[in-house]
Amino acid sequence: MTTATEKPSTVLDSDRRTSNRLLPPKRKKLRSSALPVFLVMPAVVLMAIITVAPAIYAFVLSFMGRKVTGGLLGGGTQEIFVGLNNYVAALTDSEFWASITRMLTVAVVGVPATLILATVFALCLDAKRARLTGFTRIAIFIPYAVPGVVASLLWGFLYMPATSPIGGGVIDYFGSTTIFFSVANIAVWGVVGFNMIILYTAIRGLPAELYDAAQLDGASELQIALKIKLPLIRPALVMCGLFSVLGALQLFNEPTTLRPLANAITSSWVPLMKVYSDAFVTNNIYQGAASALLLVALTVGATVVVNAVGRRLGKANK
Amino acid sequence: MSTLQYSSVGASKRINLIPTLVLFVGAAYCILPVLWILIASTKSKSELFNTAAYLPSFNGGLWENLTGLFAYRDGIFLRWAGNSVIYAVGGGLLSTVIAASAGYALAKYSFRGSKLTFRLIVAGVLLPSIMLAIPQYLLLAQFGLTNSYFSVLLPLVVSPFAIYLCKIYAESSVPDEIMEAARIDGGSEFRIFVSVGLRMMTPALVTVFLLQFIGIWNNFLLPFIMLSDDKLYPLTLGLYGMLRVSGGQAALYSLVITGALVSIIPVVALFLSLQRYWRIDMLSGGVKS
Repeated sequence: MTTATEKPSTVLDSDRRTSNRLLPPKRKKLRSSALPVFLVMPAVVLMAIITVAPAIYAFVLSFMGRKVTGGLLGGGTQEIFVGLNNYVAALTDSEFWASITRMLTVAVVGVPATLILATVFALCLDAKRARLTGFTRIAIFIPYAVPGVVASLLWGFLYMPATSPIGGGVIDYFGSTTIFFSVANIAVWGVVGFNMIILYTAIRGLPAELYDAAQLDGASELQIALKIKLPLIRPALVMCGLFSVLGALQLFNEPTTLRPLANAITSSWVPLMKVYSDAFVTNNIYQGAASALLLVALTVGATVVVNAVGRRLGKANK
Repeated sequence: MSTLQYSSVGASKRINLIPTLVLFVGAAYCILPVLWILIASTKSKSELFNTAAYLPSFNGGLWENLTGLFAYRDGIFLRWAGNSVIYAVGGGLLSTVIAASAGYALAKYSFRGSKLTFRLIVAGVLLPSIMLAIPQYLLLAQFGLTNSYFSVLLPLVVSPFAIYLCKIYAESSVPDEIMEAARIDGGSEFRIFVSVGLRMMTPALVTVFLLQFIGIWNNFLLPFIMLSDDKLYPLTLGLYGMLRVSGGQAALYSLVITGALVSIIPVVALFLSLQRYWRIDMLSGGVKS
């Protein structure tokens, strides 16, 4: 990437550190030592146990099924190879697609809201003569430290007619349409501060000379914010967008916690809940494994798309 | 970072009203729900539903709620809190040590397979491990290892993102010259790792520990899947269970509200007290290059 955002390190760091960063390190391999392998080993082994092995196991399971054997000595079940049956079943299950649609609906509300609010807050923090930014920055970040479950409990009580201080008696926050906004709001509340800090740091890393020149040309502060700062923090924005999309795919805690309060939320409301109910409620681990892997594929796909979109937007900017 | 302050041509002492107001609205949006729960926890069961929402009550409601909470089912709430500490501190420390070692090795040495390892780790960052929670359960169930502290801790001790952060940080903050000098002085590679590498990576280690601590403390899906014995529950799962048991009836609401408050205090306190030491700006460090 050859955007100007690479520059901050050149401006900030001492020359030596910059050259370290830009040139490949020269003297990496000094003498053969077993230490680096020894240091990397725990991470590699554990990652193999935690991600690779379960993925392979789920892959195998996803092609299996259970057959009831009715022998003379009483029935039993037997594990058999069923080919793509579980995938066909998952993909033709309308509830699977419905759960994806609901997740996307929440994402369509939540992801842009997160990015826009975080960007606005970050630009305001960086604005000249904005006051009490130390306090507001921490205040906006605080919800990040609140567990998703607790955030949902908390907002659940704020939404609930009996306890609502925000008009829950008048507005039905758990209605069939409003529920998407209610869930998205909890997610946005939790992550907006985190994204704000990432974007703010990216803005602070921009070289000051850029603004001086623009100011001399008579640009207003708003123009500087929108025409200079905003395009230059694009890589950070793409990263925030990617994290937000990944977060949407992982949506689980908020709807699950709200479920006892909101009838609009079903047991398979979003994909992860659907996978959970396939595996444990319906008690079909084979089906659960197949839908879990489909969700993984969806995640990988979404990552690729967000990256491609980010790159294309970058080209359009130039 | 004061050098970054761009020159103040014609700046006056006036407040820049619009950004300040926008930030205040944002702060209110983020703080008021927390404030509400603080106030709601001071209310007794009957007051919860029929007193002004943003007025605290001083009729001993908070004490009543706290004693009620800690007496709930023979003090199981305290047990959940202890479990959360075990998961978050244990998992946080282990994953920090593992990430620091791997990140340092990948940054400062090149060895057979080091590039490939790093690529796999980056791929791991983009695939959240929670997506694999159910396969993890299925695999652990084969060995009868579910429903234990181990089953919740194991999937959390390796964080690809933490390794990635440690590697990026070690690359820019552990100078080869110092390592070389230590070698000439006869220090073993391991000593160099401990006394040069880890020391210089301290800000990264604090950041990684805090991120992991918060991540694990807030985790819900993994214990939700792995645990069936509620003695092993962390706070998040315990509170969810309380809400579900209450079944839409108001009897337990004040206890759940108070529990929610108690459960966020340690995280907020830890975060605020370590605020000076941790460097969230590291997170965007990876974006620059």
